[in-house]
Amino acid sequence: MAVSPEKAPTTAQSSTVQSPTLKDAVIVGGNRIPFAKAGTKYADASNQEMFTAALEGLVARFGLQGETIGEVVGGSVLKHSRDFNLIRECVLGSSLSPATPAFDLQQACATGLEAFITVSNKIRLGQIDSAIAGGTDTVSDAPIAVSDGLRKALLKASHAKSLGQRVKAFASIRPADFSPATPRTDEPRTGLSMGEHQAITSAKWGISREAQDEIALNSHVNLAAKYDEGFFNDLVTPFKGLAADQNMRADSTAEKLGSLKTVFGNSLSAPATMTAGNSTPLSDGASTVLVSTREWAAQRNLPVLARFVDAQTAAVDFVHGHEGLLMAPAHAVPVLLKRNGLTLDDIDFFEIHEAFASTVLTTLAAWEDEEYCRTELGLDGALGTVDRARLNVAGSSLAAGHPFAATGARIIATAAKLVSQKAAETGKPARALISVCAAGGLGATAIIESAH
Amino acid sequence: MTDKYTAFVNGGFGKSLAKKLGLPQPAKLRRFKAGQALVSGPVLVVGSGSDADAVATYLLDGAGSSESIDVRRQAVEPSGSKWAAIVVVLTQVTAPGDLSEPILALGSQLRSVASSGRVIFVTRPAAAGLSPAVAAARNGAIGAMRSLAKELRAGATANAISITDDSAATSPSALSALRFFLSSRSAFVDGQIVAVSSEAGQVPESWAAPLAGKVAVVTGAAQGIGAAIAETLARDGATVVAVDVPAAGESLSKVANRIKGTALQLDITVPDAGAQIIEHAVARHGGIDIVVHNAGITRDKLLANMDNAKWDSVIAVNIESQLRINEALLASEHFTNAPRIVSLTSTSGIAGNRGQTNYGASKAGVIAMVASTSPLLAERGGTANAVAPGFIETKMTAKIPFATREVARRLNSLQQGGQPVDVAETIAFLASPASGGISGVTVRVCGQNMVGA
Repeated sequence: MAVSPEKAPTTAQSSTVQSPTLKDAVIVGGNRIPFAKAGTKYADASNQEMFTAALEGLVARFGLQGETIGEVVGGSVLKHSRDFNLIRECVLGSSLSPATPAFDLQQACATGLEAFITVSNKIRLGQIDSAIAGGTDTVSDAPIAVSDGLRKALLKASHAKSLGQRVKAFASIRPADFSPATPRTDEPRTGLSMGEHQAITSAKWGISREAQDEIALNSHVNLAAKYDEGFFNDLVTPFKGLAADQNMRADSTAEKLGSLKTVFGNSLSAPATMTAGNSTPLSDGASTVLVSTREWAAQRNLPVLARFVDAQTAAVDFVHGHEGLLMAPAHAVPVLLKRNGLTLDDIDFFEIHEAFASTVLTTLAAWEDEEYCRTELGLDGALGTVDRARLNVAGSSLAAGHPFAATGARIIATAAKLVSQKAAETGKPARALISVCAAGGLGATAIIESAH
Repeated sequence: MTDKYTAFVNGGFGKSLAKKLGLPQPAKLRRFKAGQALVSGPVLVVGSGSDADAVATYLLDGAGSSESIDVRRQAVEPSGSKWAAIVVVLTQVTAPGDLSEPILALGSQLRSVASSGRVIFVTRPAAAGLSPAVAAARNGAIGAMRSLAKELRAGATANAISITDDSAATSPSALSALRFFLSSRSAFVDGQIVAVSSEAGQVPESWAAPLAGKVAVVTGAAQGIGAAIAETLARDGATVVAVDVPAAGESLSKVANRIKGTALQLDITVPDAGAQIIEHAVARHGGIDIVVHNAGITRDKLLANMDNAKWDSVIAVNIESQLRINEALLASEHFTNAPRIVSLTSTSGIAGNRGQTNYGASKAGVIAMVASTSPLLAERGGTANAVAPGFIETKMTAKIPFATREVARRLNSLQQGGQPVDVAETIAFLASPASGGISGVTVRVCGQNMVGA
């Protein structure tokens, strides 16, 4: 694109190839299927079916039938080995041109956001002019593997050259080898579940039960209000008879949330605060977001909601160090803001993924803590306070559900529409900060802003 | 939805059994497929005068296409074939006595009409101010056509085109209607009169894609008749915006992807639905030319048991939303280039139906609405019309109890239910640029249903 084929040989001889100037990567829109509670509406749906459905809804919304997209990138956290080319297979089963390249990537719960960052960077560099990023996850149709003992015996038998060797291989199988290995959300290095990890972090920061329930209640109320006003009409396409996120409880109250039993941190010395109400439920779903250059969108008469500004990932040492498992975004955001000359006050919408209500609260508390910001984040003082009126205003994972890899594109599309609407109302640019924590002490964050 | 009875009596044992027992023998109707010839055999043009000559010449010239049509003027049975159509031109009758020669000539040829053949009367309206004898002759022609439609067998139909005295027999809309009735697109339209009220309209460059370059919006497009309308308009060349409620989004996206259109999830009863529809069509596709108000609901209940919710929701969806969207369209600078509005009404809106006071009110309202909207669109070359389906084989009618359904579906001259595509074809005909002289009317797609006739 930057180098024309005719000129390339001569310029290459006389000087180095010029790097292209950066282009804007803009968000055209998104589509997802409603998120379902695990084991219910989508119990029989595979990741491939769900992502294909999300893709087809996107194609229908934007008239992309037969279109060759620059790249479709996404993934899933709980993935069958047969789904090695999951996203490419979804493309082949969609109405997009079969000449559309695709690949899978995975960064635990940050998969969707990382896919968006990846394609946005490619677009900015001029490597592609359009992309679809997203993710899908199903707990209902999760892969169940055979035990290592059985697996090794089966492999040995298949490699056997004689009957004797084969018999010997099968003879090594023990009854215990028949118990299947189900996927776990526990951290491999600590053996603790994510909830137990977060319970430790919550206790350390002294996050109250009431504050967590308030975050959860706001999530349900905000999400329901946006459904009522038709905000999701062009973000969600029903699937298998489900028209809205199944976990959403428009009639939730502080009393109802307050009556739930605690499920994590019950063995800690501090009082347990985390319940099924202020922790995300296991869910199934898929989401997509359409990203392109401004020119690509204009040529197809497509809207432009927002532009990608920048992104930052981080990781923390939760195994040997003292940092909490889900605290990486707290580290990434100050770096991201500083590089772009921004402060928390420059952000109109904070989209902080609600893995648990307390994840949001510990992150906010960390940024307000002068000591922590100085010693852990290397700042001069506290990063600042997040205006709660700007936090997850369209609801987040506590209400919508959290099919791991599908959360990123859900948030990006929602945030893009929020900044677009705000800019249209005020006539001024609007900005959103997106933050997603992930297993393994990972975190991905990004900033987008209105693009009018 | 399949009609097993019709399949049974159309072959082998079922055919002979039905014949012996004198049971109804509905024919398998010829339906349109892309690339199909306008007519599949010779066409007889009956009647004398300059209008009859003009119609015959038009057909002889291929009816606006490169097809060659075997057109004859002598009422003599064609050897080795049957009449694909008989066109009876009666525009110049002046007294009832003038009807006898052409209509008896038609009668002499009825035994030679092919399966799914067509009889088309071309007439002038018995308008006020005419001499009583002229009016009687003209209306007499219509009366004869209606009775003949009930006599025809084997899927043949009879219809009339009534052309206002100011317009030529070969004005764009007269030709549009003539082509529609000749073709298999009008399979389930029987015993109807289409009024041509002006010379407005533009003959398309290609009758194979009469809607090329047009942007059409179809509400309720996720399934059934709406999906068929979206598919038919797309087949005729239009770019289609498929609209339905968000809850129907899954099937809506499938329809949109099949026809390379766009899906717009929208509840048409919200106050700014019209603005949202216009915005989407203009921003994405550069304009808005055709709006088909297909979305509708039923909430049947005897009036004595009717509650507010059932009455109000039907009125809100079936008529109030259409009125509000039309207001936005009329106020829009984008809906000015020979625009088309086609609304779905129902035979229940014409004849009434037990348990449907709410539905009947809404659908009768639609009929009057298009009539009143028509003059408002006339100065921009636009039209507003309605289509009234009779018994159509859909998921909705499949839920009617067996006995009631069997009676409903046989109670018309074609002795069968229509298909969603039959409604869609009629809408595509009214939406076409050539039909600019047909406005304010309601066309029934009912196989000449006895109800509301």
